[in-house]
Amino acid sequence: MLEARGLTFGYGGGRPVLAGFDLQAGRGERVALSAPSGFGKTTICRLLAGYETPSAGEVLVDGAPLPRKGACPVQLIQQHPELAVDPRSRMEATLREAGEVQPELLERFGIRRAWMRRFPHELSGGEVQRFCIVRALMANPSYLVADEASTMLDALTQAQIWHALLAEADARDMGIVFVSHSPALTERIATRVVQMAS
Amino acid sequence: MKKLRRRESAAERAASCARPSPDDLARAHPAPEGPARTHHGHDLAGRHRDHADGEVHHRHSHAATSAHPGHHHLLTVEGLHVSFRMYDEEAPYLAARQREVNVIDDLCISVHAGEIVAVVGASGSGKTLLADSILGLFEPNALVEGRIWFDGEEADAADLARLRGHGISLVPQSVRYLDPLMKVGNQVEGFAKGGSMPEVRARRRRLFERYGLEEDVAGMYPFQLSGGMARRVLLCCALMDEPRLIVADEPTPGLDLPLAVRAMDDFRAFADGGGGVLLITHDIELALRVADRIAVFKDGTVVEETAVANFASPALLRSAFARELWHALPEHGFEAPPDRRRGKDASRPAPSEGAPC
Repeated sequence: MLEARGLTFGYGGGRPVLAGFDLQAGRGERVALSAPSGFGKTTICRLLAGYETPSAGEVLVDGAPLPRKGACPVQLIQQHPELAVDPRSRMEATLREAGEVQPELLERFGIRRAWMRRFPHELSGGEVQRFCIVRALMANPSYLVADEASTMLDALTQAQIWHALLAEADARDMGIVFVSHSPALTERIATRVVQMAS
Repeated sequence: MKKLRRRESAAERAASCARPSPDDLARAHPAPEGPARTHHGHDLAGRHRDHADGEVHHRHSHAATSAHPGHHHLLTVEGLHVSFRMYDEEAPYLAARQREVNVIDDLCISVHAGEIVAVVGASGSGKTLLADSILGLFEPNALVEGRIWFDGEEADAADLARLRGHGISLVPQSVRYLDPLMKVGNQVEGFAKGGSMPEVRARRRRLFERYGLEEDVAGMYPFQLSGGMARRVLLCCALMDEPRLIVADEPTPGLDLPLAVRAMDDFRAFADGGGGVLLITHDIELALRVADRIAVFKDGTVVEETAVANFASPALLRSAFARELWHALPEHGFEAPPDRRRGKDASRPAPSEGAPC
């Protein structure tokens, strides 16, 4: 169980973006976070995956806080893939940040061999996002947090990537928390929708 | 193909994007007849002649709203090729030779005044490179060939750079285009074409208000914005300077539906006021709301250019890729075609499948 208890957070210690936010997501669940733009969805995603530390409250995975060392059991797929990779690293090096590259995983997410030696600016946004997803899966997370992971993908690639992702999640008994502005996509994927707006 | 066309009624043909039969091409591009020769549907004075709705010439179809004020297109791109010179990825490091990788291949697209042309297609098919080419933004290792006319004048790379922000505005795909070290209010105001400081500020305020950005956002730096807020700031930048043509490269990811719809409505209003919009997007549903014509992009070229109405049903779409795209929409079937599910690239369309470009 991935749990957020009373999360409160403000950037730079400033005005809180979130106050007392609670969330629970079980393994095998696919929870959609729904709220208008600027409401703090991305902030929640970053807190869940340990990118930010809440000023109050806690994030628990199976009852334990997020580990301080090693790969985080909650992996984040960010909204802007071009900001999630080192611009001066080739994609193969970016992937190796998460360990040994598994060729069948690359194939499942449609990553071509020719892309491995390229820099991120030599790939399209959707292509870089595939690398980010594979890198997140290579860390063997128990939970995946997808923040608008497929907004920059065309409909075909979106369907392909989500099918692959859902198959992986089933095989690994992984929980997914995701954000999408597309009601149709949310309808397809979510097993539960959490409305944040009052 | 010809057989299919004969079964269509004239009305259907007018409504759909007609692939030109040899007859159509002969009509639109008359064969040389001595001194009376015309070129690309222009008469001897170089003026754009009138044509029927749905007619194909200039290697594209026309919608009812496709206007030719001043007897030329707002934007015409013909035979665009973009390739990159890069080192062979397969060869060992020191032995690697340079080679050229083709990304955009013989691409033609036009935008008329008063029109929104949506470019939809696979990610990685070169949509952003098309936008960059029109804006004259080239990577150092890019080789770009082709001809681009803006408002009737042929433009070279220097012209395109000059027009950038002074006639052609870009809504970029990446939020990285914002200056990380400058407050966003100042950035947006910097795009104004002229006018006194209070006027510029008032205009910026109106735009911020329209897109639900509070006044204190103007004093923030880009890193303090959410993804959707940054998108809205980029949109405001493009609308500050009163452009003739907006090239919008994925303007809506991260915007919630009401905001995205508002952005689309603004593009529509901009086009109705005589501007042109080239809307590059993967969000077909949104594009269908406002666009006049849709160009389906795959592997660096346009495989189908069709009227918006044809996206109502896959049966009206000509190319297999456009039909796959339709079926992959979450609201239709969310189907990934088998060859893609295995992660292989669908092969390039057969030449017969391509659009008349």
